[in-house]
Amino acid sequence: MSERLRNILLFGLVALLIVLEGTTTMGGLFGGSWNTALGILNMGLISAILALGVNMQWGYAGLFNVGVVGFVALGGLAPVLIATPPVAAVWTAGGAFRILFALAFGAAVIAAAIFLNKRMRGKAKALAMLALLIAGFFLFRAIFDPAVNLVESYQPATHSNIGGLGLPVLVAWPVGGLFAAGAAWIIGKTALGLRSDYLAIATLGIAEIIIAVMKNEDWLARGVKNVIGIPRPVPYEVDLQQSAGFVAFAERFGSDPVTASTVVVKLLYAALFVAVLAIIMWAAQLALNSPWGRMMRAIRDNETAAEAMGKDVTRRHLQIFIIGSAICGLAGAMIVTLDSQLTPGTYNPLRFTFLVWVMVIVGGSGNNWGAILGGFLIWFLWIKVEPWGNQLMQLVTYGMADGALKTHLLDSAAHMRLLTMGLVLLLVLRFSPRGLIPEK
Amino acid sequence: MDLLNALVTLLNFVVIPAASYGAQLALGALGVTLIYGILRFSNFAHGDTMAFGTAMVILVTWWLQGMGVHLGPLPTALLALPVGIAVTAALVLFTDRAVYRFYRRQRAAPVILVIVSMGVMFIMNGVTRFIIGVEEIRFEDGERFVVTAGEFKKMTGLAEGLAFRSTQAITIITAIIVVGALFWFLNRTRTGKSMRAFSDNEDLALLSGINPERVVAVTWIIAAGLATIAGTLYGLDKAFKAFNYFQLLLPIFASAIVGGLGSPLGAIAGGFLVAFSEVGFTYAWKKVATYLLPDSMAPDSLLQLMSTDYKFAVSFAILIIVLLFKPTGLFKGKAV
Repeated sequence: MSERLRNILLFGLVALLIVLEGTTTMGGLFGGSWNTALGILNMGLISAILALGVNMQWGYAGLFNVGVVGFVALGGLAPVLIATPPVAAVWTAGGAFRILFALAFGAAVIAAAIFLNKRMRGKAKALAMLALLIAGFFLFRAIFDPAVNLVESYQPATHSNIGGLGLPVLVAWPVGGLFAAGAAWIIGKTALGLRSDYLAIATLGIAEIIIAVMKNEDWLARGVKNVIGIPRPVPYEVDLQQSAGFVAFAERFGSDPVTASTVVVKLLYAALFVAVLAIIMWAAQLALNSPWGRMMRAIRDNETAAEAMGKDVTRRHLQIFIIGSAICGLAGAMIVTLDSQLTPGTYNPLRFTFLVWVMVIVGGSGNNWGAILGGFLIWFLWIKVEPWGNQLMQLVTYGMADGALKTHLLDSAAHMRLLTMGLVLLLVLRFSPRGLIPEK
Repeated sequence: MDLLNALVTLLNFVVIPAASYGAQLALGALGVTLIYGILRFSNFAHGDTMAFGTAMVILVTWWLQGMGVHLGPLPTALLALPVGIAVTAALVLFTDRAVYRFYRRQRAAPVILVIVSMGVMFIMNGVTRFIIGVEEIRFEDGERFVVTAGEFKKMTGLAEGLAFRSTQAITIITAIIVVGALFWFLNRTRTGKSMRAFSDNEDLALLSGINPERVVAVTWIIAAGLATIAGTLYGLDKAFKAFNYFQLLLPIFASAIVGGLGSPLGAIAGGFLVAFSEVGFTYAWKKVATYLLPDSMAPDSLLQLMSTDYKFAVSFAILIIVLLFKPTGLFKGKAV
């Protein structure tokens, strides 16, 4: 079987799985509803974009980033800050401006510290930096804390944050990418010179910090109080159901308006996501096959040799780290737009970092098509393993008498997910370490 | 008197909690650092090994409690600890056989082993949740306090109380015993010496006839023991929750790296450094300052540098600062 045919068959398999999910229940194996099928497809598209981002870092350049969840969360901030309506009261009262001023001041202190670090030497440097940082920290808190109190005391039940700019939510997608790119630049500047596993720990740590900030800084995006009702780029189901034209359209397909409206909304999202995925994929393929892509792979395979050829390894690493993280941020903004809510409590590293890694490894690291395939396939499994595990448990416990063990087994079916993902990852790494669609 | 009160407050809210937390981190970091020294990869599954070991200890504890066995003033979990260690050691030895050995034979790059350990992490996480669920479990029993705040106040007549929980005392004492035993083992016994030799120079160790598989197996057993003890102590001190153990990975790695990966002494120093900074930075110093400063200068804010939710940020900041100025850690770790 030629390689091309094999790849087409693999993608066909994914398409078949989604179609089966939409059309048949097959004894409860599938959902049999287009709603869930399209839900899986939409998140599958986003997962594919995430996997592409991580594949650039790991597959092209060999950078080990385990902070994906942080970039996703940061990207998710963008729809709130861009698309939600502005909270005019906190701006006119001056609280929001003072927060911005405090943040600018904090940044200035850090910049000054970096300047001192470069210009001074020895004990004087240590003393000067210590004094600057301590004084800077307390001054920052003195400006920042009252301003935050001012903002957070404004209508705590509905607002207590600085609000957004009220722009169209699609603008927030690239902005989410920019947020993540900014964070990646800071991390890359400090941690990329370090050894590979130190970079891993550094990204793990930064991700935890980003999520801690988003959970606790209520003035930014309401923290764990969540932001709901973020504007959408597509029409609302309720509006569709009330438009006479849409009802007629739904009747022509012989479906009731409620189902038709949810399906149409999901399809519209899918169209947007496909467009984004197509653009990124096109650019990624172009980059991978360009001299730049060859250079990246050369650096990945032998850093010393590449350096001897005059390639600036650290700079190139920084570059690809920023690009890959920006794509993760973009995907994060898309997730929040799809859910039209930001819930910082749900950013779990197992779900957003390690699962994406499984996607990349299973799909085939270094190959963009592989990353996309892995994104769809693993996401499908992630969703379906839970109901399947449930059925398996029903089957296993069928003959058992009712009792503590039976309830325990039935209850624990939910944890089959992690187990299956680990197993899939280990099996692929062992028996097909280059993934389903290997790098050429 | 004010000085004494300030000192007692400091002991009560900073020194004692940080010391017991530091002991738990140090034990966890010792496991990470040993694996790194011998097997040469950062084991991402360590947090979940801790969770699995603790889950085993909890199960045995429940069984013992059901049988009516108690340790008097001490928590029953201590009695269950050897069984928990044995089961966890069996599990990690099985994992090594089934998973890691293949890559070791291939001489795979360390980063591949890290990814493999990610897969093991998923599975262990799933298994632990499967066995014991995701809820928070408290399993301490026996005497709750060595000294309660009330008793202390009555005893000394000070305004501030000093509560010394028995779990904190047990943590610190157990950690001292375990660390002492570990160092004795590494420095005095033949197996321990061969482990250090293997860690220093693998090829030379192989030439001098050290059996690598034996060294690796002993390392896994020790790591499993350390992980189970650290996890059980943490669970006794706070509470057991599978996800919290996964999150402990960050401070544990920070401790191991700050001390220098591969250096046991460094892991201990790193553990305490991280714990004391985390507690110090997130503690509200108002009470201490009120006692120490004259009334006219009494602070009106909490004097808390950071909210407690940012304790991970502290361990991470220490990690970055140490790495920037001493790239191999405080105690000269190794670089693969």
